[in-house]
Amino acid sequence: MHTEAAGSPHLAHHFPSLEQQEHAARMGMWLFLSTEVLLFTVLFTAYAVYRYLFPVGFEAASRLAHVAVGATNTVVLITSSLTVALAIYYARRGDSRKTVALLAVTIAFGAVFMVLKAYEYHHHFVDGQLPGKFYHYAGLKGPGVSMYFTLYFLMTGLHGLHVLIGMGVLAWVAARAARGEFGRAYSTPVELGGLYWHLVDLIWIFLFPLLYLL
Amino acid sequence: MSPSAASEAVYNSPNYLNAEAGIRSWLTTRDHKRIAVMYLGLVVAAFALGGFFALLIRVELLTPGPTIMDAMTYNRMFTLHGVIMIFLFMIPAIPGVFGNFFLPLMLGAQDVAFPRINLFTVYLYLIGAAIAVWGMIQGGTDTGWTFYTPYSTTTVTTVAPVLLGAFILGMSSILTGVNFIVTIHTLRAPGLTWMRLPLFVWAIYATSIIQVLATPVLGMTLLLVAVEKAFGFGIFDPARGGDPILFQHLFWFYSHPAVYIMVLPAMAVVSEVVQAFARKNIFGYKAVAFSSLGIAFVGFFVWGHHLFTSGQSTFASGIFGVLSMFVGIFTAIKVFNWTATLYKGAIHVAAPFVYFLGFLYFLMFGGLTGIALSTVSLDVHWQDTYFVVAHFHFIMVGATIMAFLAGLHYWWPKMFGRMYSERWALAAAVLVILGFNATFIPQFLLGNMGMPRRYYSYPEQFWPLNVASTAGASLLAFGFLIVLIYLVTSLVNGKVAGPNPWGSRGYEWNTPSPPNVLNFPETPVITRGAHEYQDPPAEATHAH
Repeated sequence: MHTEAAGSPHLAHHFPSLEQQEHAARMGMWLFLSTEVLLFTVLFTAYAVYRYLFPVGFEAASRLAHVAVGATNTVVLITSSLTVALAIYYARRGDSRKTVALLAVTIAFGAVFMVLKAYEYHHHFVDGQLPGKFYHYAGLKGPGVSMYFTLYFLMTGLHGLHVLIGMGVLAWVAARAARGEFGRAYSTPVELGGLYWHLVDLIWIFLFPLLYLL
Repeated sequence: MSPSAASEAVYNSPNYLNAEAGIRSWLTTRDHKRIAVMYLGLVVAAFALGGFFALLIRVELLTPGPTIMDAMTYNRMFTLHGVIMIFLFMIPAIPGVFGNFFLPLMLGAQDVAFPRINLFTVYLYLIGAAIAVWGMIQGGTDTGWTFYTPYSTTTVTTVAPVLLGAFILGMSSILTGVNFIVTIHTLRAPGLTWMRLPLFVWAIYATSIIQVLATPVLGMTLLLVAVEKAFGFGIFDPARGGDPILFQHLFWFYSHPAVYIMVLPAMAVVSEVVQAFARKNIFGYKAVAFSSLGIAFVGFFVWGHHLFTSGQSTFASGIFGVLSMFVGIFTAIKVFNWTATLYKGAIHVAAPFVYFLGFLYFLMFGGLTGIALSTVSLDVHWQDTYFVVAHFHFIMVGATIMAFLAGLHYWWPKMFGRMYSERWALAAAVLVILGFNATFIPQFLLGNMGMPRRYYSYPEQFWPLNVASTAGASLLAFGFLIVLIYLVTSLVNGKVAGPNPWGSRGYEWNTPSPPNVLNFPETPVITRGAHEYQDPPAEATHAH
């Protein structure tokens, strides 16, 4: 068994084949992603409960969100999902140069997203549209308004943290790709990093309508 | 059991314990067996610490008024006891120790799917434990392990470090769950079909599903409490429109399934022990296997039974009550099958078997009081009394400790290659079982008389039973001390166990004791199920 195992430098000693090892890695990643979804589920549940308790306050407060910036960010993230998918495609074909370039573009989109997000945060801060006891915006008062901003900052904050982590993961994968570690035989880390990025994108696709449009 | 010619050489090669020497080799190991031994040391230390706080609580309750500490210290003590026992002992104990050690051996695998992540879970455990314990020393959380809002967000004591510690411990638990699920799916040896899996594996699989799907919810909820406490965002604060009951829902969405994270591994161990000591195949393999998944599934829909008195609608309470009783059905399926396994078996009464009997008793007693508690009209009277305390100590502590000790005694010779003193083991088992009863049966009675849980002082009429409970706790502690002493000394002067001292047919016994660094010299091919006692003993499960 173990002479065969020596065939690939990426094969760990406890797996009989690289195929089985990749299957395990992929499965582990999907399970991990399900835990990430459940992490956000708490916030989605809280959103549902408080939206139900304060329908008027939430609707009024969501008008204060910057829809144009949020929409731009949605386009940015969806496009970045395309570029990361293309990176996986080229990694599997053994084209490291294109893989690295596409990962770099994806990370750049992530950075654009964060900059736009920071712009929004800045305006909310300046206007006093803040969570809980810090809320002091004179233009809108009423029950549920500060709760909207509590959830707005918690949800987008946790999501933003995930964007940053995702950028870090993709940078690490890109560095490995630049060293020529991936090719036709082995490109699992690119794929797993891509999966994570898609999740970050997917969560935003739920956050955007809930926080900006409804 | 006899090693094949091919594996003879490996039998003479170093075992996992002395393959490499030095602390460093342990701290950087990726061997699932060494990681299991590290978990054993950590969870036993946590158990001793949690037990110490339990004794302090019992000493305080020895008299109706103040005894050895003030009320605030008392609140901190029961919080410490709960947090340590639940997050540092009960949840990681059986999966961390026996799951890590035996899952790969039972699957015919060389290791778990992600050995590095496995080691990482140990460090997460250490970091989480350190932060939580530091927080307790600094401020001493007084909220109880349930962290109910709005008290937890307004108390003067420090809560955030304990919450953060629990969050990190949760990450450790999640990663262990992910690791085990993937291992079971991808690393089964050739011929090891799902229907040939040892029942231990089935129940650990069910446990892992709960760990993965429930723990993130708790993690996020605890973070929200920490944020609320630190910044006053108002998320659970009624003064700012927040809903404290939402916290209870989110908390119990994890923390009720967490009870099954504690009990399912106990069932896992017991399913192995009963077959080995009755020398008989399990009765109703599929029923036992699938009832584990049944408990895991139903466990996600019963959390509302913690909220019967929180203003939840009577209709919802009724639904949650009935769903809770379904857990009783799946548990009963297991109990009947274990009992039927004993029928016409060749029963060998040794320490693990005595603990198995103790397990059945605590599971039944605790389970039946659970059915009573899930009945809304009864629960309203018992809510937050010592009856509930005694109930959950019987089912999730009593049953889990019994199974942990059953597993520890059953697998001790495999893990360390030595036999312990059987006579001391039997004496300690009797002490532990009696001590547990003497501690908690008075608490059932106290609860029924109306004594609320978590109270610092109580009316004189509750005095005698509290004295009885404290006496029982001392007996219990003494029993555990004996176990610790004879197990540790057996490492030095115990009889050499040999590969299979019990004549068990579990797959894991087809290895030397202690096993080698490399679990199997060649990938085993499985040709039959585990514990098939109808075949003659010379039949090995390895095909060569």
